[in-house]
Amino acid sequence: MRRLTVLRSPVGAASAVLLTVLLALAILAPVLWGDRAAAIDTDALQQGPSADHLLGTDQLGRDIFFRVLVATRLTIGLALLATVIGVVTGLVLGSVPSVLPRWAARIVISGVNIAVAFPGLLLALFFAVIFGTGTIGAVLAIAFAITPSFARLTQTLTASVSGRDFIAAARVCGVGRFRLLTRHVLPNIAEPLVINATLAAGSALTAFAGLSFLGIGVQAPSYDWGRLLGEGLNRIYISPAPALGPAIAVVLAGLAFNLFGEAAAAGHRQRSHRATAVPATTSSAPDDGGLLTVRNLHVSFPGGITPVRGVSFTVHNGEMIGVVGESGSGKSLTALAVSRLVEHPGTVTADALEFGGKPLDRTPDRELGTRLAMVFQDPTTSFNPTKRIGRQLSEVSEVHQGLGRVAAARKAVDRLGAVRIPEPERRAKQYPHEFSGGMRQRAMIAMGLMGEPQLVIADEPTTALDVTVQREVLKLLATIREDRSAAVLLISHDITVVAQTCDRVLVMYAGRIVEELPTDELFTAARHPYTTALLKAVPDLDTDRGAPLAVIPGRPPEPGEIGRGCPFAPRCPLADDQCRTEEPELTDFGPDHRVACWKSETELAGVR
Amino acid sequence: MTTGWVPFARRRALRFLTSLWVLVTAAFLMIHLIPGDPVRESLGLTAPPDLVAARRAALGLDDPLPVQYWHYLSGLFRGEFGTSLISGTPVGSLIGDRLPATVQLAVLAFLVVVAVAVPVGVVMAVLTKGGRRRGGELAFTSTSVVLAAIPEFLLAVGLVSLLAVQLNLFPVAGNDAAGSWVLPVLALAIGPAAVLARIVRVELLSVLGNDYVRTARAKRLPSRLVYVRHALPNAVTATLTLGGMMLAALVAGTVLVENVFAWPGLGSTIVGSIQQKDYPAVQGIVLVYGAGVLLVNLVVDVVLAMLDPRSTIREA
Amino acid sequence: MSELVFTNVTVRFGHHTAVDDVSLTVPAGQVVGLVGESGSGKSTLAATAVGLRKPTEGHIRADGKVQMVFQDPYSSLDPRMSIGNSIAEAMPRGTDKKAEVARLLELVHLDPGRASALPARLSGGQRQRVALARALAGRPRVVIADEITSALDVSVQGAVLNLVRDLQRQLGLSMLFISHNLAVVRYVSDRIAVMKAGRIVEEGPAGEVLEDPQHEYTRELLAAAPRRHTRLEAS
Repeated sequence: MRRLTVLRSPVGAASAVLLTVLLALAILAPVLWGDRAAAIDTDALQQGPSADHLLGTDQLGRDIFFRVLVATRLTIGLALLATVIGVVTGLVLGSVPSVLPRWAARIVISGVNIAVAFPGLLLALFFAVIFGTGTIGAVLAIAFAITPSFARLTQTLTASVSGRDFIAAARVCGVGRFRLLTRHVLPNIAEPLVINATLAAGSALTAFAGLSFLGIGVQAPSYDWGRLLGEGLNRIYISPAPALGPAIAVVLAGLAFNLFGEAAAAGHRQRSHRATAVPATTSSAPDDGGLLTVRNLHVSFPGGITPVRGVSFTVHNGEMIGVVGESGSGKSLTALAVSRLVEHPGTVTADALEFGGKPLDRTPDRELGTRLAMVFQDPTTSFNPTKRIGRQLSEVSEVHQGLGRVAAARKAVDRLGAVRIPEPERRAKQYPHEFSGGMRQRAMIAMGLMGEPQLVIADEPTTALDVTVQREVLKLLATIREDRSAAVLLISHDITVVAQTCDRVLVMYAGRIVEELPTDELFTAARHPYTTALLKAVPDLDTDRGAPLAVIPGRPPEPGEIGRGCPFAPRCPLADDQCRTEEPELTDFGPDHRVACWKSETELAGVR
Repeated sequence: MTTGWVPFARRRALRFLTSLWVLVTAAFLMIHLIPGDPVRESLGLTAPPDLVAARRAALGLDDPLPVQYWHYLSGLFRGEFGTSLISGTPVGSLIGDRLPATVQLAVLAFLVVVAVAVPVGVVMAVLTKGGRRRGGELAFTSTSVVLAAIPEFLLAVGLVSLLAVQLNLFPVAGNDAAGSWVLPVLALAIGPAAVLARIVRVELLSVLGNDYVRTARAKRLPSRLVYVRHALPNAVTATLTLGGMMLAALVAGTVLVENVFAWPGLGSTIVGSIQQKDYPAVQGIVLVYGAGVLLVNLVVDVVLAMLDPRSTIREA
Repeated sequence: MSELVFTNVTVRFGHHTAVDDVSLTVPAGQVVGLVGESGSGKSTLAATAVGLRKPTEGHIRADGKVQMVFQDPYSSLDPRMSIGNSIAEAMPRGTDKKAEVARLLELVHLDPGRASALPARLSGGQRQRVALARALAGRPRVVIADEITSALDVSVQGAVLNLVRDLQRQLGLSMLFISHNLAVVRYVSDRIAVMKAGRIVEEGPAGEVLEDPQHEYTRELLAAAPRRHTRLEAS
């Protein structure tokens, strides 16, 4: 199945055809044209290309074109032989450390590490001296030149697989080292190894040609492309064809292997593909004077996937709003869309997307950079690892507020102090990796405070942090909101976190808001079956330990799986035919309370 | 987490010295690993036995192995690489004559590689970000794969036949005229430039997908600053690591290219010496190439440590 | 039924002491919840119990087999091996593997017909059930559950927690249940141990530890745990 993916790309298909032709030539050419390639013609010595001899003749009058064809077998055969020996040796050297005692493993690993620093050609020359000039010497030389890099590759791949839990799990189950290697490690690294072996075959082929060309590979009377090339080069001033013929053969064959490997690697990579780039927004009439107004927001990706499907809400000045949802609910994309950070190929459309009464896509960067602050989930990856913290803060003021370097740096120190980072002056000079997780998240908030933020969008700001630190960061957000009357949009998967800090809650499911209500009503008056089920399913410190937790059957849908009807219907105890065919709109349920459900108040109250 | 230059320098110097020791020992053992008698191999089957014996004695090959090893090491410290079996001249002076031409060629080619590949890679990354301009991406990738797959000596042959023989634009061989540099440098630089441009593009794209680039965009920095200040320095790390390996490979590539262009460097010398079985000369030149490669790696690591503070604490 | 006893266990990595002189008993047939923040040494302690790591000092005694369920069900199942084979691999020799796989899958509420499926075809919650089944396949007397719900969606967590509780009671397992989430630990555990910087700072019956915490750090953890009806005020 995987091979078919390779063939589907044009490059993969072309190289596969080329490889097949080469293989056919390698098998058939010596049988079909062996005689013609060996026929000596003293009447036609050292001729240029002609109709009889497409690439001319050599010093014994033998036809070079047929010699090139016949040499396919030896050239390809030797390259493959060298590759197989090299790859197998590398595989052994790379995987034995995992079954050897530690000291022996260390010797093998450091030996490989030293050898891998030297280019293959240099290793090949070294081994060519030891094994002597000639075919066997060259095969071994090239094989051992491939070995170190393959051993290293095997080591790296093995190490990355060994760190994963399924290896630990198998060890706990009592699986032995050898079986671990053959059943769990090797199958999981086979694909990149095969791809790299194909690439190695390509380089073995050209390296072999190189050695023969230098006169230390295949020796007369045998001949491969490299040898033919070397012979041709001597007369290149008179006639280029005898040299170019074998040269083109080497290039084509090398390309066939390389391209096939590349195409296979591209197919392999595609599974972890991640896209990047620009936002686009449409906007229309102004709205009811909120700080952030979102009407009918959609975010979609190529392939008809729309993770955010018509989200509308308003954030007023100084308000703290929570957005709750599980992974795939579209909450984070909503946050990115309202901060204009959705990248190509994602597209953002909305009837209105306004910040401070102005369409977001027409708000200048300077204004957004100072009035809108972002806090991301993972403070470890969200800072540039190669820049000092202070620098990363101060550049905001340099770029947007026209401060000089010194003044901006002073402001950065001041802001670090404002989020209660001790010794802000010393800390500003440190790199992100010298900060703890909680400290980094504070620094991230301090970065937002370099301007005068009216809105802070915090996307899972505490998920990566410990509970005690989590509370500090949440308090800090609450403080900023109080002291600066900034609004906060807090996105979280944890309904308890939101309940503790926010004024209003938006519950998202499958790309839509399914319920919006004031926080103090959350535990008493939530109506949507998803919200109520979620509240019952998540234990807190007051949950009844005697009773089983409420269970929501099934799982949330992926953005590509959403069909007709209410997306929660498959998991909903109340769902009927209408729920399964028509999707409900978010409609007013009471003051400040909106619900997207077909069921009536009495029906919904019944499930609580 | 101890950041710091001292442990890093100590660790790195130790690794360099270990590698150098392994290299020297391998070069020493090379002669002894050759099946049969290297002197007999070198002088041919017809050489009189007393000549062979005299040569063996002169080379110290009859001493016990540890003694030979000691002589070899102490000789190296005095800058002695042994004596050529063919010409009888010291290998050290042979290397001294030939090394400059090779170094000049390699350095010039490397500068060309960097000057071409980095801008091309950056521009291609910016243009094809997020799967835009699929056509351009395909053209760039295929061109670079094809160029990278052509071995430098074949490129050299192609360049000679087209630009030197057919069009007569440049000299066919030698390093006398300024024009004679063009073809060898091109032959050496084209392949690595294609590879490096591809690496720069891929690395930059992967850096652009990082959270901290999103942070930089969230700060509403102009895209110029996002690239120059936040993306490029982080792409340099991987690029430089691979760039160092390429420079090392480029050093090896000079061997073949020198042979095509009859360039008076170490590369043409080592091949001649291998063919003539002049083992002391081969030994000395292999040592010089190997040491050159180790030196390149050392420089790359030091530069990396200066650019990326984390790399000093990374496991060796 | 059997106990799991840690006696003066210390684990050092170079100069860093990850687990510092820990003595802890998981009584037969009971669940001991182990709470602590990241880096407190909980997972390292668990690794010593199943032999993934050797203690620098001290020893661990378990009557009967110990098995473990890992945090991330996306990485704890070999992506190239069918779930049935993964489960069968953990069985003692001489078991009727096919029947036993079917029985275990049913035990964790999965369709036995899916034994030949690869992990990629399963959701996170389903994979965690498979991981549970695999742990049970080794017929353990003691099971260690290391953050088994933290990688799951909140709406799926509850079902896994219920399952763990049911199985523990049904099979009379002794269990060390590790989590950073106090509410989750409280829900499943008979006893609670609090770990900080490699040490157990408090241990006792769940009710006592939660209602009358003795150690300063336990109080801090309790105060920090998000509660539904307490609002977090600006500081």
